[in-house]
Amino acid sequence: MNTLYTIDLSLKPTTFDLWHVCLAGTVALLTLLLIILLVGLLLTALRCKKKSLAQTSDAATSEPAIKIVEKIVEVEKVVQAPAPEPIILKEASSDAALQLLSLLQQEARFIDFIKEDISTYEDAEIGIATRVVHEGCNKVLNEHFTIAPVRTEQEGNKITLPKGFDAAAVRLTGNIVGSAPFTGTLVHKGWQVTQIRLPKLTQSHNAAILAAAEVEL
Amino acid sequence: MDYNETETSVTESQAPEPNTALAQPKFSVGIDLGTTHCVLSYAAMHQTDDDQYQQQTMAIPQLASPGVVEENVQLPSFLYQPHEAELAEGSTSLPWSAKPAFLVGAIARHLGGKTPIRLVASAKSWLCHAGVDCKSPILPAEAPEEIQRVSPFQATTAYLQHLCDAWHYLHPEAPLAKQDVVITVPASFDPAARELTVEAAKATGLDHALLLEEPQAALYSWIESSHGDWRNQAQCGDVILVVDIGGGTTDLSLIAVTENEGNLELTRVAVGDHILLGGDNMDLALAYSVKAKLENQGKRLESWQLQALTHSCRDAKEKIFNNPDIDNIPLVIANRSSSLIGGSLRTELTRNVVSTLLVDGFFPQVAVTDKPFSRTRTGLRTAGLPYAQDAAITRHLAAFLAKQLNATSELKAIHSPENATFLRPTAVLFNGGVLKAQSLAERLMSVINSWLAAEQAPAARLLSGADLDLAVAKGAAYYGYVRKGKGVRIKGGTAAAYYVGVESAMPAVPGMSPELQALCIAPFGMEEGTQEELPNDEFGLVIGEPVRFRFFGSKTRREDKVGTRLDHWGEDEISELDEIEITLSEEGRRPGEVVPVHLCAAVTEIGTLELHAVSKKDNSRWKVEFDVRSGD
Repeated sequence: MNTLYTIDLSLKPTTFDLWHVCLAGTVALLTLLLIILLVGLLLTALRCKKKSLAQTSDAATSEPAIKIVEKIVEVEKVVQAPAPEPIILKEASSDAALQLLSLLQQEARFIDFIKEDISTYEDAEIGIATRVVHEGCNKVLNEHFTIAPVRTEQEGNKITLPKGFDAAAVRLTGNIVGSAPFTGTLVHKGWQVTQIRLPKLTQSHNAAILAAAEVEL
Repeated sequence: MDYNETETSVTESQAPEPNTALAQPKFSVGIDLGTTHCVLSYAAMHQTDDDQYQQQTMAIPQLASPGVVEENVQLPSFLYQPHEAELAEGSTSLPWSAKPAFLVGAIARHLGGKTPIRLVASAKSWLCHAGVDCKSPILPAEAPEEIQRVSPFQATTAYLQHLCDAWHYLHPEAPLAKQDVVITVPASFDPAARELTVEAAKATGLDHALLLEEPQAALYSWIESSHGDWRNQAQCGDVILVVDIGGGTTDLSLIAVTENEGNLELTRVAVGDHILLGGDNMDLALAYSVKAKLENQGKRLESWQLQALTHSCRDAKEKIFNNPDIDNIPLVIANRSSSLIGGSLRTELTRNVVSTLLVDGFFPQVAVTDKPFSRTRTGLRTAGLPYAQDAAITRHLAAFLAKQLNATSELKAIHSPENATFLRPTAVLFNGGVLKAQSLAERLMSVINSWLAAEQAPAARLLSGADLDLAVAKGAAYYGYVRKGKGVRIKGGTAAAYYVGVESAMPAVPGMSPELQALCIAPFGMEEGTQEELPNDEFGLVIGEPVRFRFFGSKTRREDKVGTRLDHWGEDEISELDEIEITLSEEGRRPGEVVPVHLCAAVTEIGTLELHAVSKKDNSRWKVEFDVRSGD
């Protein structure tokens, strides 16, 4: 009843009992939580900055990345902590890019055309070759992508964007003031890919060979 | 946004039911085994709503180039035999096989374009080519000794195998052998070629595949796509002419519309000859004319340039046909080396050239009495396909219609007037990629109508709404569906009467071989599942010794019954097919024993003709083989 609990702050525990273990554990846990929270905040801040940069990259180039599910898994392993919504930058698949180049070379002689020094040729000669390139590129686009305009309205017409419009699909320029709905002139109707039909590659296929050297026997 | 890797990802409307999937076919599958392309189309057997028949065309995974697998609804019917050093290890693997036995499809056409000596093309036309053994390795015909050759039969099997494997890869729950499979063949295929097609199907495990004639399949597809409206577009008394001009062959058929108890009935009354003439000939014709023009300007073309030129002529031709505003299309033959700008050749193809060469060259305005010209083949001819010598499709058509004047004589509903000089079609259905070109289709119609107008007959109408590229496969799938009693069926039976040659009994005259008689063993229009016996004509056959008979077919003699003996016949009435062979096996008999047998012809449910030798004594039967084509 009369027992007085004196608190001596200088006292060091001589025995290490369960209560102490629990106490130490709690302290460690709290510290860890604090660190994670801080790191998380820092990352989000960084992402927000980068996002605006990433948005400028063309939509079409990032699309083939849909195919590289495995790569996304790899990145997830690096960020182990269950940080709040880890944001992973999509890495464009190099295979898909190489594949597209290879298709353009095969069908349109794209690399041949770009790599050739055109300064020595007459416009008429370049014009002849352009037909091959144009026709082939057209074939590749039609065969492997379904491309549709973002907006179906006539270019030059006035259109009104409602509140909450998709800012990734429609870019505002010029005198951006006030609040939605915005009314403005459709300068460019935009392009979007609605379907991709890229050929699949065998395991051993070296996509870096865009066009094999040809030797006639 | 939703990115599908393939456009034609198959959506299964019904979940596979394990109980019924095994017992009953889930799909009706139609396979168009074309000369230049194969297509597979399929439809669910148990449609929820009979009015809403739904079908898909399979996107066939295939190698497009080494290491690249692409999906396309068409599988090019080409086979390539690569050199062992030609392709990198593992670059020919398909989703279902690390190393397929044969390279078929787009890659074969692609590689073969640059190395034609290793390319097998038009295997199907060889199947119907008299005088070669289709099971002996003869293709590629021009290949040097060291290249391993395949037989036309093996090539056909390889295309079917690819389709089967692709199917199993995409539909692992529904084995193809358990589905209702219909394979199309040209109407002009002879019994031996049909038999080989069925054998090829069996070699890939499709034991129950049925055969259907391509023009019939095209008509089925038209019926299906009209959604019941065909009954308004076709009337009793109509004669529908089906003109099927594919990449390599032209196939003609006549189908009569009659009425029975208030329902319209369709009967295939005649089929044309196997004409090796098609869209590829047109592209070549254009390429050669451009080549001649370039050579006049002093530019010599190498073979690879001619090939590139043929390709660009094909594209240019389509553009000119599809856009009435375009009068000329520049053609560029790109240089082979990496220098594209220097060294590319430019020329052009004008509307004028296209119309003179294709419209007037292949579809000339001719009289219905005209016959395709044929010059006697020169003695020295390399072994090759018997390509049509006259490129005028309208002349082949005129000859066909004139020859089939009496095709409908047995049908009361069809009135063929006394003064008619040819069988007058009242409706025309087109099939095959060539006729997508509006000007060609229009010209063909105008030629047919000019024949009709000359005899004061009403103009034939064009049945519209057919998908010219995929109709055959689609129609085949629909046929598998209507066989279950869900729609109209085309009757027809055999498209020819068949005869064996027997020597007439006459005293020997020195210096004269005994006269040959044709003994009818299967009449025209024998229905599937029926058989005809010929008990009064017996042959004594020796056990263990093969006996050969000359074998004939006639596409016009409709009145001959089984047992009819012909002493004389018109030159173009009866044509000789390959010999047939009977070998009586030695089971339980002494070799050398003579057994009296008679012949029995049956048309199987599958659609092939079967001949048997039947012994009168104990009714034992021996199969008569068709495909004994001698290699000479």
